[in-house]
Amino acid sequence: MSSTSTSTSTSTSTSTSTSTVTERGEGAPASWEVFLRPRRGLAHQHVGSVRADDAAMALGRARDLYIRRGDPLSLWVVRSDSVHAVSPDERDPYFSNARHKPYRYPEQFAPLTVEGADGDPHQ
Amino acid sequence: MSAQQATAGAPTTERDEMEELQAHFDALIAAGETIEPRDWMPDGYRRMLLRQLAQHAHSEIIGMQPEGAWLTRAPSLHRKSVLIAKVQDEAGHGLYLYSAAETLGVDRADLLDALHRGQQRFAATFNHPALTWADTGAVAWLTDGAAVINQAPMTRISYGPYARAMRRVCLEEAFHVREGYDLMRALCEGTEEQKRMAQDAVDRWWLPAVALMFGPPDTTTGGADARTAAIGASVSRRAMAWGIKRHTNDELRQRFVDAVVPQAERLGLTLPDPAIRWNEERGHYDFTPVDWEVYRRALGENTHWARQRVAHRRAAHEDGAWVREAAAAYAAREEAAGRTEEHA
Repeated sequence: MSSTSTSTSTSTSTSTSTSTVTERGEGAPASWEVFLRPRRGLAHQHVGSVRADDAAMALGRARDLYIRRGDPLSLWVVRSDSVHAVSPDERDPYFSNARHKPYRYPEQFAPLTVEGADGDPHQ
Repeated sequence: MSAQQATAGAPTTERDEMEELQAHFDALIAAGETIEPRDWMPDGYRRMLLRQLAQHAHSEIIGMQPEGAWLTRAPSLHRKSVLIAKVQDEAGHGLYLYSAAETLGVDRADLLDALHRGQQRFAATFNHPALTWADTGAVAWLTDGAAVINQAPMTRISYGPYARAMRRVCLEEAFHVREGYDLMRALCEGTEEQKRMAQDAVDRWWLPAVALMFGPPDTTTGGADARTAAIGASVSRRAMAWGIKRHTNDELRQRFVDAVVPQAERLGLTLPDPAIRWNEERGHYDFTPVDWEVYRRALGENTHWARQRVAHRRAAHEDGAWVREAAAAYAAREEAAGRTEEHA
């Protein structure tokens, strides 16, 4: 996530799922992550961040910055320090439940028809 | 700590861990994968990125000034709308890049502070004044044209947030180059006086574009003396190994010259370099090598315009202080009153 600072110099990352907050100078406005839904049928996408003191200003700044062109449908702003994240470096063991489990995929099993996968209406 | 280490259960030294992290980082770079904010990265990589991001962001917002000075004097409502859109884009590019820089754990307020104190640099290109209306066209066509060639490969830079910011930037730069070229074309098809104005602007903006937008020569074929080339080359090699840079400065500079010479010919303008001619053997245009040291001295941070740019930027920041204070006070009051800013 943008604007969530992380100590890149330490050799190990913490294994808890945390969002580290950028330390702000006195009175510096908060950081907000910006999400845009560019068109119908798509989910909101993270596009970057803005600084603002409140949500209304964050929305206004996000609009001015990320929507100078095009015809987007929707805009979200979320306080950066409200984003909780798992680091890519923590893939092991945090995401390990997704790995080495071939039996979670359909092609690991016998096809339903003699034509094989091609004749399978479920594929 | 990786699962491997955990299952092995062996006590690992800090050095082993560092080596493993470094190997993981190197493998990602080698595979052409991006490095993302919470990934481990070598300090040198992070420093080089931050330095480049800061300079890049500063250049975008300082770059608003030469053209911005013409906003109130645009010759038509159409040209004025176009110029406003272009200058807004430059502000936006700066903000995309400050946002990307913040993913490395810095605060944009500190970067701006460093700019205001003269501790971080910006492209010296923008230390040139825009003297006539034609300059706004020459800047957009030549310096933005140089930027497009420079920045297109940066959409594949190894640091994810930087690459994503550059994709947005490049989409918008294409508009800048076209509108600049269109402005120059209108002048070149106009009166003799307008054409002279266009030529004069090109005479003044050619060198800033071809020299400063690409940085110092980093190969001897770029015309640098051996020492300058060696220094440039070692920096470029490091940046290339890390995927922060994809081509040498001189390679990109050549690409720019090859693109612009035919464009200038179509406009009927003369690029102010008598050495420009097609080299059949090389398949490129020859041009006068950049004498970087001469250029550096003439464009040091101490010139009138360099000081002017920073002073103007600082004044704008200070003049805006009351707005920032008012916004903070309003947000604090609303928060204290327990009101949230719900928007329909």
